[in-house]
Amino acid sequence: MKKFYVPLALFVVLVGFLAVGLNRDPRAVPSPLVGKPAPAFKVAQLAEPGKTFAPADMLGKVWVLNVWASWCVSCRQEHPLLVEFARAQVAPLIGLDYKDTREDGLRLLRMSGNPYDFSAFDGDGRVGIDYGVYGVPETYIIDKAGTIRHKHTGPITSEVLEKTILPLIDELKKS
Amino acid sequence: MIPELGHFCLILALCVVAVQGTLPLIGAQRGRSEWIALARPATQAAFLLMLTSFACLTWSFYVSDFSVAYVAGHSNAQLPTLFRVAAVWGGHEGSLLLWVLMLAGWAFAVAQLSRTLDAAMVARVLGVLGLVAVGLLLFVLLTSNPFERLLPAAEDGRDLNPLLQDPGLVFHPPMLYMGYVGFSVAFAFAIAALLSGKLDAAWARWSRPWTMTAWVFLTLGIALGSWWAYYELGWGGWWFWDPVENASFLPWLVGTALIHSLAVTEKRGSFKNWTVLLAIGAFSLSLLGTFLVRSGVLTSVHAFATDPRRGIFILILLALVIGSSLMLFAWRAPKVALGGAFALMSRETLLLIGNVLLVVAAGSVLLGTLYPLIIDALNLGKLSVGPPYFNAVFVPIMAPVVFLMAIGPVARWKHAAGKDIGKRLWIAAILALVAAAAIPLLMGGWTLLTGLGALLAVWVATSVVSQTVLRLKAGMPPPSFWAMQLGHLGVAVFVVGITLVGGYQDERDVRMEPGDTTVVGGYTFRFNGVKNVPGPNYKAAQGEFDLLVDGTLLKKLYPQKRSYFSSTMPMTEAAIDAGFTRDVYVSLGEALEGNAWSVRVYYKPFVNWIWGGCLLMALGGLFAVADRRYRLKFKSTTVAASLEGVPS
Amino acid sequence: MKRLFLSMLLLLACAAAGAKDAAPLAEDPAVEKRLIVISEEMRCLVCQNESLAGSRADLALDLRRELRTLIKEGKSDAQIKEFMVSRYGDFVLYRPPVKPTTWLLWLGPFALMIAGVAALVAYLRRRAREVKDTPLSAEENQRAEALLKEVDQ
Repeated sequence: MKKFYVPLALFVVLVGFLAVGLNRDPRAVPSPLVGKPAPAFKVAQLAEPGKTFAPADMLGKVWVLNVWASWCVSCRQEHPLLVEFARAQVAPLIGLDYKDTREDGLRLLRMSGNPYDFSAFDGDGRVGIDYGVYGVPETYIIDKAGTIRHKHTGPITSEVLEKTILPLIDELKKS
Repeated sequence: MIPELGHFCLILALCVVAVQGTLPLIGAQRGRSEWIALARPATQAAFLLMLTSFACLTWSFYVSDFSVAYVAGHSNAQLPTLFRVAAVWGGHEGSLLLWVLMLAGWAFAVAQLSRTLDAAMVARVLGVLGLVAVGLLLFVLLTSNPFERLLPAAEDGRDLNPLLQDPGLVFHPPMLYMGYVGFSVAFAFAIAALLSGKLDAAWARWSRPWTMTAWVFLTLGIALGSWWAYYELGWGGWWFWDPVENASFLPWLVGTALIHSLAVTEKRGSFKNWTVLLAIGAFSLSLLGTFLVRSGVLTSVHAFATDPRRGIFILILLALVIGSSLMLFAWRAPKVALGGAFALMSRETLLLIGNVLLVVAAGSVLLGTLYPLIIDALNLGKLSVGPPYFNAVFVPIMAPVVFLMAIGPVARWKHAAGKDIGKRLWIAAILALVAAAAIPLLMGGWTLLTGLGALLAVWVATSVVSQTVLRLKAGMPPPSFWAMQLGHLGVAVFVVGITLVGGYQDERDVRMEPGDTTVVGGYTFRFNGVKNVPGPNYKAAQGEFDLLVDGTLLKKLYPQKRSYFSSTMPMTEAAIDAGFTRDVYVSLGEALEGNAWSVRVYYKPFVNWIWGGCLLMALGGLFAVADRRYRLKFKSTTVAASLEGVPS
Repeated sequence: MKRLFLSMLLLLACAAAGAKDAAPLAEDPAVEKRLIVISEEMRCLVCQNESLAGSRADLALDLRRELRTLIKEGKSDAQIKEFMVSRYGDFVLYRPPVKPTTWLLWLGPFALMIAGVAALVAYLRRRAREVKDTPLSAEENQRAEALLKEVDQ
């Protein structure tokens, strides 16, 4: 009788989902901001408090926003890759010093090198919230029209750089 | 040396259960009595080997042997002895070893206590248990060996997670596993029945005490976990619908349906296929739970450190065990005869409705737990399913079940007259309606939920009392009667607890300087300052509070804020004044400017009725097992022989 | 956390040296109550296993501060949810929104309940037709009685 096979059938479907689920990371949170305009803000720069920075300043260029902090341990992991990236002059790399003090942020850049064209200073984390930051470091690729095209949470690896970030920047530059 | 001995015993145990899981099964199928006879000694040997292995791991923890990687990862030289031993099951490898030990233990118990059962049946049951053990031991040996060495040995261990350094760790996991794993026996009996084709009332009678016992342990295990979370985490919650909590709750729901279904199958020979399916389902959910906790597919505060390899292994094990059981079911079920007839209005029907609702409830919890994974797997995004969903869905499904609890025991088997039931329950109905209106108002305000809770609780409780009074007139009823009444009364008490705490709890989040007072629930807390106290592996800031009611000092409370040497996150130990009708508790927040502190005080009315209700339920279960029908001197062989000729 | 409380202290009246009824940590208990209700239904993204209401993570403190501001500005519950979802996605809500991808989730349990009860009713009807009780003969009845007596001993 066919009805007795129903439990087995349901179970097979369940196993299918579980198998797929094994390859997913349940903690990863995709950003709803991808495909939307980069939220506007205007904050002082880290090194030169007299100057400000707003995403609108970068319209017409493809650029990368990297959120970092002096207290962030995983940021040190991606630091060498960022230095490489900056050296290759692929696209402007703007830092956002998140929930930090000016001195600590500047000290870190002095000690381990500064890959950023410059960094903006987000002391109270308000900009971070608008950008959906929840786990520093986070990196955003923004296109010429000011739309966020990609967000990477966590330290950048060379694989991600090679396979995702660089090709995307290339493509965006051409359009 | 000792760790190697432990490892060796595991390998030996694998060989033994490989024998246990194959020859007796083939023997029972082919009628080879020498192979059937292997079942019992193999099971005994497997248990002794597992026990030795577990003892070796425990010893390694006891002497703080940090050359064993698992010990180094979960213990510390300064850890108090009690926690050093409990830390054995504080992580993945050790808790899995505990799992397998429990499985071997249950099999051993079956082997010892089933002398009067048909030998072929016993061989099948032990054989199935052996097969499951093979899968799990392979898992342990290939991916999760607790005896891996760490060379060079660590100077000191990483310490047990401070949240786990509590007596709760000593009791909660073992109880939980005893329950979880215990359903493997019901499962084995079900498979044995399907294999032999002997699916009848006698099978249900044999199966029942084992299932009941596992259910009792699971009930206690879950209740302990809930209570532990309540007093340990410092902010008064007791159930979070966390995936791992759900993983233990699912077998409980299906297990409850199972024990009721077994009652019908035993008494009336009905629902055999359904009962077998439930038995397979309960253990399957236990295995699924094991998978969810250890594979990393769901985020949970309880989840162990994960490794995709482990996830794949358990999934394959799951697929094999459950898949083959369900296939066997689909093949054999059509050949099973139906039981006795019963009217639409009868105890059988009511039990069946309750069963269906329990399974629907379990299905809903499963759906909610797995939904984020399903949506992610289909690339439809990422979402969360939390307490608001589960509460919204679970309460409407379970409310009718609780409602039926008062009616079922009062309905006759086979044919129940509505008038009869009405006569026995009209008092309960009136009292319930009065309570639904009065209790919430007395407590401080009427809401739909509190009214419903009061209604259901009093409805069931009154039914229990009136049945008991009536029954006592005819002499002392047997344990099975008490089992039923206690179990249902336990549910009523539980409902009182969750309704009143949920509806009328109160808290204050305040800034206190020494001398300040704050009031909650009619209780006054006076803060007398904080001083530093040392602990074995932590240092603590201990607050002193006077608890006053109407100006008189009730008690002094000493909450602590602990900094463990091994961890950066400070831990809060709340101070609780527990009582029959309420808990009041205070927990320290952070130190503020001057000598002020942020403090949280809570008033929790009737919160202990939640766990009291669970205790009553478990007690009811124990009475059911103690019924003289299951006593060892029961001469089942003679009865089994005589039952041969009776039509089922 | 410390910064938050220091700023609150400036707003609260200076505490006199004497004992008094403790002041609530929150500036405005009404706002706080609403905050708790709203944030209890949101996930803390850092710990991921705690609600936004209970978490002590830095981000949680910042987000609660933002929500407090929004509540004081008079934003509705829906607007506040929208604020969070537009930045963090549906993942942040513990109560899954009702939309086509969650219809199965929200309707599933009740559909299951209806299906279950319907299947039960159909089964009971069919069973009543199929199963006929065979009453025991007098001799079988006697055998049954004898067996039961034996069991009761």
